[in-house]
Amino acid sequence: MEKVIAGKPITVNEEGYLTNFNQWDEKVGEAIAAENHLSLTPRHWDVIKYLQNEQKNQVALSIRRVGKSGVVDIKELYSLFPNAPLKTATKIAGIPKPASCI
Amino acid sequence: MNEDKGAIKKIMIILSKGSLENVYAAFVLANGARMEGIAAEIFFTFFGLEAIHKKKLEHLHVATVGNPAMHMPTMLGGLPGMEALASNMMKKEMEKIDMPEIPEFLDILTASGVKMWACKLAVDMFHYTRDDLYEGVEAIITVGDFYKESAGEGVHMLFI
Repeated sequence: MEKVIAGKPITVNEEGYLTNFNQWDEKVGEAIAAENHLSLTPRHWDVIKYLQNEQKNQVALSIRRVGKSGVVDIKELYSLFPNAPLKTATKIAGIPKPASCI
Repeated sequence: MNEDKGAIKKIMIILSKGSLENVYAAFVLANGARMEGIAAEIFFTFFGLEAIHKKKLEHLHVATVGNPAMHMPTMLGGLPGMEALASNMMKKEMEKIDMPEIPEFLDILTASGVKMWACKLAVDMFHYTRDDLYEGVEAIITVGDFYKESAGEGVHMLFI
């Protein structure tokens, strides 16, 4: 389905995740963050860029892996994205929702 | 309740068993809740206390006897070393699917904001003290305290 995000028509799935990363830019990320009541700080961006990079390398994302990344520890991840951190961060990053249980 | 369409806001897990598969079930459920933005707390009672006992938590085993899903004759499961063997095999498979071992898992749960409680009655029964327990445990509490902790809308309770 199509949704207007940051003034642009963007294709998203029924949960609001982008289906085409080429449509993503930082403005889109900021708009999705605002919908989730978050304003992005440089630390948020560190996590978002890291997740995008992992996705590009086709690494399966999990909380545990993010915690071991050296980019952010689990405690900080939860404080940056308090409500469902990995789900929210991937949505802002314009990448698919991780299917991980851990 | 009507406003949230019955959404789960908090899951209270009671862990009464100390075998690896049960401890993992509780931990995955608690961690999975946090990942979804749901609050999670674990009340460790009876053999579940093994999972937060500093000296024991690294030595939990899969039950090879009395566990039909192991597809192993009971006599064989009772042989010396069989539990350790089965547990090591399981741990290897766990690592492959990115499942942390118990000590690391406890740290993940703590960092994720899962509250952990030890059951006073069981702690007394096993003659444990606060110092025997993993640092991330909030406190040793009574059943009554646990029920108070469980108050609120959208709270669900699970016994393992």
